[in-house]
Parts: sequence; C-alpha cells; structure tokens
Amino acid sequence: MTTDSRATSSPLLQVRDLRTSFNTPEGKIPAVSGVSFDVNHGETLGLVGESGCGKSVSALSIMRLVPNPPGVIESGEVLFEGIDLLKISDKEMQSVRGAGIGMIFQEPMSSLNPVLTIGRQITEPLGVHLGLSGAAAESRAAELLEMVGIADSRRRLGDHPHQLSGGQRQRVMIAIALSCEPKLLIADEATTALDVTIQAQILELMKNLTTQLGTALMIITHNLGIIARYADRLNVMYAGKIRESGTAEQVYMSPSHPYTVGLLNSVPRLDRPASERLDPIEGEIPDPANLPAGCAFAPRCRWATAKCEVSEPVLEQVEDRQLVACFESKTVSESVEIAWQ
Amino acid sequence: MTSTISASQELDAPNRSGEPLLSVRDLQVHFPLKRGFIVQREVARVKAVDGVSFDIYPGETLGLVGESGSGKTTAAKAVIQLNNPGNGSVKFEGQELVGLSSSAMRPVRRKMGMVFQDPYGSLNPRMRAGDIVGEPLKVHGLADSRDDYREQVSSLLTTVGLSPAMAERYPNEFSGGQRQRLGVARAIAARPSLLILDESVSALDVSIQAQILNLLQDLQDQYNLAYLFIAHDLSVVRHISHRVAVMYLGKIVETADAKDLYERPLHPYTQALLSAIPTPNPVHERSRERIILRGDLPSPLDPPPGCGFSTRCPIATDICSQSVPELRTLAPNQQAACLLAQGD
Repeated sequence: MTTDSRATSSPLLQVRDLRTSFNTPEGKIPAVSGVSFDVNHGETLGLVGESGCGKSVSALSIMRLVPNPPGVIESGEVLFEGIDLLKISDKEMQSVRGAGIGMIFQEPMSSLNPVLTIGRQITEPLGVHLGLSGAAAESRAAELLEMVGIADSRRRLGDHPHQLSGGQRQRVMIAIALSCEPKLLIADEATTALDVTIQAQILELMKNLTTQLGTALMIITHNLGIIARYADRLNVMYAGKIRESGTAEQVYMSPSHPYTVGLLNSVPRLDRPASERLDPIEGEIPDPANLPAGCAFAPRCRWATAKCEVSEPVLEQVEDRQLVACFESKTVSESVEIAWQ
Repeated sequence: MTSTISASQELDAPNRSGEPLLSVRDLQVHFPLKRGFIVQREVARVKAVDGVSFDIYPGETLGLVGESGSGKTTAAKAVIQLNNPGNGSVKFEGQELVGLSSSAMRPVRRKMGMVFQDPYGSLNPRMRAGDIVGEPLKVHGLADSRDDYREQVSSLLTTVGLSPAMAERYPNEFSGGQRQRLGVARAIAARPSLLILDESVSALDVSIQAQILNLLQDLQDQYNLAYLFIAHDLSVVRHISHRVAVMYLGKIVETADAKDLYERPLHPYTQALLSAIPTPNPVHERSRERIILRGDLPSPLDPPPGCGFSTRCPIATDICSQSVPELRTLAPNQQAACLLAQGD
C-alpha cells in the first residue's frame, strides 16, 4: 500500500500526454493516444487491457524502445526523477535503462542471448553501470542468482539459456533487471507464457524482491487476477487511452467505466458461482486504424448515448484517487452496485 | 490451507446412468527416444500418457487440466486416433477405436469434431470461410445438392453468430474471435456427438473468450453435445465442466465432479493449482494464503521414482518416492492418486 508520505512527495515517474503511433503503408496508426499517469516511489502499478490497447507500447515508449521506423513517439513527457527521458541523448538514455528502470519481457528465451553464458549476461550490466569487473562482478552475479532462487549459483553462471527451464530463465531475467538496483521495474506480461504454478512462484518472487529493495513495480498484463493480487493502483486501457484509474479496491469493487465492468463480467471467477452465465462485451475490439468517432468504446457499450458517438469523454475524478473517462459513469456505477448485490 | 470457494452452485451434471459416449481405459502413449546412426536403438521412452482412464456421457463436459507436458493434448489426439495410439482401449458409442484402420476410422471421425487453439494456424488461408465450414459436409457426403450445401453453410454460420454473407470472405478478413467461431462451425458441421476442444479459448482476449464460452454452452444445450475440454485455465474449466480430471506427468492424479473438485480438492497438486490462480477480487486475494510449489515440472524423460509429484509436493514423505499411488475413491465420485490424501 502507498503510504501518505509517499503520496505527498513527488512521483518517481510522471507520464504526461504521451502519444505514440506507427507509420504503415495504410497510414498512421495511433497506438497510444494521450496517456498520463504517475508511478510513486515503491508502489506497484498495474496496466491492464486487451491486445492492442497500447499497454506495451506505453512501456516501450517510457524506455524509448519503440522500433523506429515504423514507430514514432510524437509528443508528451516522460519525467523520471524529474528528467524528461524523451529529451535526453541516446547515451544518457542507456544509463537510465538498467540503472534507473529495469524491464522484463514476456519471452525469456528471446530476451536472453542464446550463445552467451548466464554469468556473462548478468555481469555485463554490472560492468556498464556499476564498473564492476572480474571476480567482484562474478561474485555479485552469483549473489543475484541466489537472490532469485537459483540454487548452486556459482556453477549455474556457466550455463547457457537453453539449459534452463522457462521459469528459471525468467528468474535470470529478474536478476539482470534488478542487478543495478533500479528504482522502477517494468514487467511486461512477464509471466504470461509460464504454467500457473511457475507463474505463482515468479510473481511472488518479483513482489517480494521489489518490496525488499524498495523498487517501484509496473505490472503490464491482461490478467485481472494478477493485478488484483499485486497492484496498489491500476490503469485500465482501451484503444490507446486510459479509461479508468484508481486503487485496486476502487476499480474492482466499484468500477465506473463500462469497459471495466465488461472485463470483470467476462472472466469466469473462482469467487463466484460457476452456473452464472458470463456477460461478455458485445462486438469486437476496434481496428486502431479506424477508430470510431467520439468514445472508442461506444459501439460496444450498453450505456452509450447519442452524445458518446460524437464527443470524447476525458478522465475525470469520481472519487478520491479514482478517475473515469465516461459521460455515464454515475449511472454505470449505480447499476453495477445493484447488479452485484 | 486450501483455497475455499464460498459460492457453490455449479453446473448440474447431465444424467450419467446410461452408457458413456466415450470410454477410455488404461490409455498409454509412449514415444521411444532413439539414438544411433545406422543401427537405431531405443535409449529411453517418454511416457506422455501413462494409463489414463475416463468416461464422457452424452451432453457432458469433461475438463482435462494440467500444465505443459502433462500429456493432456497427447491423450486427446490418441482418443481421435491422430497419432500412434499405443495401448489401451478407446470405446466410442460402444465401438473399439484402437486398432481401427484409417478407412474404418473415417465414419467415426464424422461424430468427433475438433477445435484447436490457434485460430490463425488452423484455417486454410486460401479457402473461403464458407468452404472451410462446408468441407466436412463434402467429405462425409452430407449435402444432397449445391443449394442444400449452401443452405447448410449459411445456417452453420448463423448458429455460431456470424452472418451468412461472410461465407465469401477469406480467413485473413476475420478477427481472432470470428476465426474461432469459424473453427467451431466447421467442427459441428458434420453433426458430431463429441467435440474435442484443445485450448480453444486460451489465445483469445477475455471479452472475446466469454463470447465463445457462451456459444459453446448454447451449442451443448441445443445439440446435446459432449465436450472434452482441454485447458490450463482452471477458472474457465470450472465454468464449463461437469466433471474434471487433473493430469500430471502423463497420469490423472485427481478426478471428480467439478463442484467437489473446486470445493474440496483432495490431491496436493490440485490444491496447489487452485491456490495459484489469482481471482479478480483484491480483498479476497490479499487475505488468502497461497501454496507456492517448489521447483519445476520434472522432465517426462526422467520422471522421479514413486509418485511423480513427490519432488514438488508440500506433504510428501519417504513412502512417496517408493511406490506409485493408484487412483483411490476417497469420496463419492471423487478419486485421487495420492498415498497421503484422505477423504471423509
């Protein structure tokens, strides 16, 4: 939980009106369309949404890892400890990656270099960012492996990625990402490809280590359960924009955006009767190249009015810390309250 | 210690008093691992499916769950005789399928549809949607005329929630969810009595996944279809299944009515699996203890002696590495393969 002292001090990361798009033969396709949010020191923030909503591109934009071309960060600010990452040089950015912000991706096999030993891959950032080399770097690397729960760590430094299981590879990724003690760790679908029992191991490890080190954590996932368990606050994204934002309790217990409600009613849940019929969101996720005018969710929304088809709602505060971009948010939260009783 | 589920109204199981539609007994699928350049000799044997038995009744859904490498897909393929079937017995509508020639299998396959995981890879990109859905009608000679064929294809598309006009389009013009609807339409085209659904909703976004799950339940009600529903997502399996079988390293370790399995899992692996699933409820999540299993799944090439789960089991004792536990009935309709598990 975020304490009051943290809430009042300035946030670690401030993203302001970020816009990223991709140039394709069919024209410019917006992926992130004006996203603003904060990550406070030591807190865990969830970014949730379905494929194509812009959650991964938001993270890649923060790290300046959007492939260019075709991707372009068009405008906005990414203030990390007060410095705008979009304005600094490539060289300065390199020292932010790893030392300031660490990142873990979904596919541990393709994020690790298959021809280099695990040890080499962990000691590399130690040399670049902390100036450690030789025996010092090696013993630090062994410590890091031990920290992420890999037994017999000295010997494992000589292993290549293919000698490890999927779960172990993701542990190595965590060790590399945390090796220079970054202030923020971004985990982009980091456990999606893993089996459920391994997923639970890795998530607990990530949460425990970041709590221990005081690292802020940004979890990007489509899994609503993971966010509910680990995140203090979350942003729900749809078609390139944040549609609802708040504490986990607020968003899960009293959702006020029709899309959030739709997501929560779409998943079969172990905490509800199995005989309950699912109440899915009608229709399909819109094509980002042809977004509807007005609110992008309006064509699938059961609360949509004529106004929603022409004008676009902006994020507005509905509760202390809860923001919703919907003209009908009051009606939505009231009808959810009745339906869920 | 185990996760408790407060809500308990589950799906009512269909009548299981008659003959089962599908009856699988002691199914074994072993893959030999060969070494040698000229003279190949078998150096090891992967027991992908190692003595699996289950029944499925008409109109019933059996959920088959397990992690990667547990053998659930191999078991399903052996049921439909798609790969080397190995030993055991697979009876479908009373007929033994193991050992049938491929020409003798053809009329049986009409009655078993299959829907795969990947809605992109499982549809021929050069065929129009209508022909993809209508192909089983042609193969099994189920259309009397061109008009009848077109009519059947239109009605299949309508049944799965697509418009008949879409028959002219190619797969790349459909979204992932629509493609999976096409896969379902193709699977039910020849009016089967059993559908094998292998991770059929796993790759879909949650809002689309819910639409397909509802469609599957409607089709089951409408046509009294039986489902063998293979998935790794236990919340989805609970939602759609009447009975559930949990697999680990090629064996069924627990099987029960869905209600009993989720309310009171008896095998320590089932307990760990259930406790590993986060629910979208922050209050419930933060108050609940989880069982975190140690280590990784053992390699099926080199399974541990005794109980396959003993290396990761939180309650294992010395005896677990000495003898292989058999499925024992520990409660009505509930069996678990654990030496230490206790029922009533």
